[in-house]
Order: sequence, then structure tokens, then C-alpha cells
Amino acid sequence: MIYLEQFSYLLASVLFILGLKLLGSAKTARKGNQFAMFGMALAIVITLIVSGIAGPTQIIIGMVVGGLIGGIVAKRIEMTSMPQMVALFNGFGGIASTLVAYSEYMRFDGAETMDINVTVVLSLFIGTVTLTGSLIAFAKLQGIMRGAPMVLPMHQILNFILMIAAVVFGVLNVMEPAIPLWPILIIVVAAIFGVTFVIPIGGADMPVVIALLNSYSGLAASATGFVLSNNVLIIAGALVGASGLILTQLMCDAMNRSLFNVLFGAVGTDDSTGESAGPAGEQKTVTRYTSEDAAMIMDTVQSVIIVPGYGLAVAQAQHVLHEMTQLLIARGIDVKYAIHPVAGRMPGHMNVLLAEANVPYDALYEMDDINDDFQNTDVALIIGANDVVNPAARTKKDSPLYGMPILNVDYARTVMFVKRSMGAGFAGEANPLFFDDKTMMVFGDAKAVITGLVRALKKD
Amino acid sequence: MESLIVSIYVFTLAVFIGFELITKVPPLLHTPLMSGSNAISGITVVGALLAANASNWGLSTVLGIFAIAFAMINVIGGFMVTDRMLGMFKKAKKAEKGA
Repeated sequence: MIYLEQFSYLLASVLFILGLKLLGSAKTARKGNQFAMFGMALAIVITLIVSGIAGPTQIIIGMVVGGLIGGIVAKRIEMTSMPQMVALFNGFGGIASTLVAYSEYMRFDGAETMDINVTVVLSLFIGTVTLTGSLIAFAKLQGIMRGAPMVLPMHQILNFILMIAAVVFGVLNVMEPAIPLWPILIIVVAAIFGVTFVIPIGGADMPVVIALLNSYSGLAASATGFVLSNNVLIIAGALVGASGLILTQLMCDAMNRSLFNVLFGAVGTDDSTGESAGPAGEQKTVTRYTSEDAAMIMDTVQSVIIVPGYGLAVAQAQHVLHEMTQLLIARGIDVKYAIHPVAGRMPGHMNVLLAEANVPYDALYEMDDINDDFQNTDVALIIGANDVVNPAARTKKDSPLYGMPILNVDYARTVMFVKRSMGAGFAGEANPLFFDDKTMMVFGDAKAVITGLVRALKKD
Repeated sequence: MESLIVSIYVFTLAVFIGFELITKVPPLLHTPLMSGSNAISGITVVGALLAANASNWGLSTVLGIFAIAFAMINVIGGFMVTDRMLGMFKKAKKAEKGA
């Protein structure tokens, strides 16, 4: 029986690995997800069979209740709310690990070796930090909490003390596992640390935090695997941990910030769309254009690159944008989308939002693949984005944006901004491109402006 | 101690495989990757099932049941939403015919 169990776990691990491999291409991704699903089903079924626990109703109830909640959320969730959902689910993964570790601890009879105690401490700590950190991230993304960084007095010292306390209680627990106070204290300290860890991070840096917490939820699962000496937990958790770490690094690179700066820099404002109102560039004037003016320009062009930002998603303008794209394509205009890695509120978010609006994925281009095309493009149409196209990032050494990789929209023959206001972006850096002669500013809600454009394009 | 060493071996190698695989996932698919890996981290449900299986009822069993429920939210919710998302990704020709 033990061979059947272990062999099944091995097969499940292989299915997870193959699943992630297939996720490497849009063509096979769906199949990859199904592979992972099979792996999970196999691991669950074999656990139920081998441990002879298919019977007890409490287990069935737990599975059905959790499954139903998960299923309903998955069916109903709006694509714009994906970051919140992933944040919350990360937290659930964390609490599951904490509960399993504590449950194991309660079953201890004094015969446990030191390494089991060490892994229980790790599992309790990582699981609980993941839980409370994720809840804060969720609250910030959902708008329950303000997105602005919250820095307590002596914040870093507090974090440091919490870390020391966790280590001390951990060591005490390993030495005296019979005293029930230590695990409780570890959980309490970890819970506070999860909160103090995420509250100083600004709303616009949430993509990094979600990716990092994603990694933690994997490590929590791995830690539980260490407690139970169960390899499928260790492998699956390690894969997720690695995935989260890579995404974290990619997000940091895309903002030209170090992880340290994101976590401890307390950068950001209370801005949820990347377009805070600022007094930027009051001295200079810009010419205001209308949707009709924009439509007239479109009569004469051959190529357009659209740069969508989160403002597009806030205005729910993806669908009408796709309609506009269809009209342009019908006129023989070449239309592409340029996606900056931090467009949206989590890694890859903008791609999903556009895919939902039926934009084919081969029209979506990554920054590095499209940046050389701007110079041969008639119109760069920027909708609800600012920092990711701000040329100050290339030249202005004292700018907070300096060094951040940007989309080279300023190389296009005409630059069109659809924006709500003149405001600077989240970084507070004025965009010199607004005042350029080849720039057209069309102010207004993205949906209203694009709808106007569509109407004007249909007229002629 | 021996089982801990084996665990560390397995963990380390799995992290390397993870790095190799994930660096090949294009940014296009990063959101489904996150929700999908979320579901995979729901593997904790296996541990939860074992924890809930105590022969005598107690707090330990109750915690196990809650752990099962939370992990199952991850598993079912994560896989389903990933499938839903990946179903939206279409290539150009099909999408144009449909429109």
C-alpha cells in the first residue's frame, strides 16, 4: 500500500511539473492547467483511499464546503478583481498550512525529534505571515483599506523586534515542545508581522506584494510537507515558491526598483488608477482635442500601436476599445497592443483584461518585442497610462522614474493620450511628452472618449 | 534527522525545476500562472486530510477540517478560475470570424 501511495504522489508531482511546462505557451496552457488538476485529484483521492478516511462525514463536509465556495468565487469573479482574489487565496493557503502544523503539534506525544519541532515552527510562522499579509493586501486592493503606505513610528525597529521574538519563541518551542504557550506566541508574533510587513507598501506596488505572497503560500505548503515528511507537498510548494519569486523579481525589474525598496521604501500615494491630480506643468499649455479630431487623424494613418494602462480597466473601456480596433483593421490599418509588464494590478493582468474583451493574444506585444516598432508607427494611442511611457525615465537623472524601462511611444509620428486629467502619474513625475508638438491630448473618461471615437469612425 | 535531509534534497531540486519552468512562461500568461500555482499550493489539502483523520475527536480534528475547507477553496477556485481565464485567450483568426 505504501508503494501505491508514494508512487501516486510521485505521479502527481510529475503532473504538476508537466502542467507548469505546458503553461509556457498560450496554445498549450489550458491543457497544462488540466494536467495540474489531474495531479491534484490523484493526490487527494489516493490520500483518501490509503488512509482509509473516505468515510468520515466531517472530511466530506470540509471538502464540499471549501470546494463550493471556491467554485462559486471562480465562476463569479470579475477579471478586474483577479488581484484581490489571488491575494485572498494566497491567505487561505497560508492558514491551511498553519492549521495543519498546529494540528500535528497537538498530536505530539513527546517522542518527536528535534527536526519535526523545527519544521512545525517554520510552518506555523510562514503560514501565519502569509495569512495576515494577504488579508492586508486584499483589503488594500479591494479598497477596504487605503492604498497609501502606512508607516508606524519606529516601523523597522518593530519589525526587527518581531523577527527576534519569533526566533526566540521558535527556539524555546524546539527545546520545550511540551509547553503549549510557545506555538501560540509564534502564531501571534507571525500574525502581527504579516500586518506590519504589508501596511507600509503602497497600492501601486501591490503587484510585487501579491507575487511575493504567492511565493510564501508555496513555501508554507512546502513547510507543511517538511512536517509530514510528504514529498508531494514539498515539491508542489517549492514550484509555487519559485514561481512567486521569479514574478516578484520581474515586477521589480519592470519598475527599476529593488525588492528592498518596494518592501521598505514606503513609496506611493493613495492613488488607485495611476493618475493622481497634480499641479504638473501649469506654466505650459496643451491643446485639447476631441474624439472627432482623433478620428480624423485615424483617416490618414496606416499603423497604430495602442498602449493600455490601468485607467482603461477602471473605465471598463476594453470592449469598446476592441470595437474601435475592429473598425481600424477593417480600414486596413495595422493595429497592435503594447503591454508594459506593470500595466494592471498584478503580473500579466492587462493581457487577461484584453483577452476578456476578445482581443486576440497575438495582437498583444511585450515591451521588448515592440519597442523598436514605434519609430515606424503613425500613431501611438495611450489610454489611461502615464509613467510607463514617460520619457523622463530615460533622461532625467533626479526623477523617481529614472532607469525604469518604458515604452518608446515618443518615437511614433503622432502621440495620442486619452487621459482624465493633466495629472502626473503615480510617481509624481510630469510627462514632457504632453507638451510636445506631435502630441494630441484627448481629455475625458476612457470609455466616453473611445465611444466617441467609434461613433466618429462609423460616420465616415 | 535522515528524513529531514531527504526533504531538503527534494525541496532544493524542486526549486531549481521551478525556476527553469517558470522563466519560460511568457508575461502574457503570468496572471493564469499565479492563479494556477495558487491552486497547486492547495496541495496542503493532503496534509489537512491526514490531520483531520484522528481516530478520536478533538481540537486537532476540528482544525484539520477547517484546513481542508480552506485548502479546497484554493484548489477548486484556483483551477476553475485559471481554466476560465485561459479559455478567453484566443488567436487572431478565430476571434475575427467570431466578431
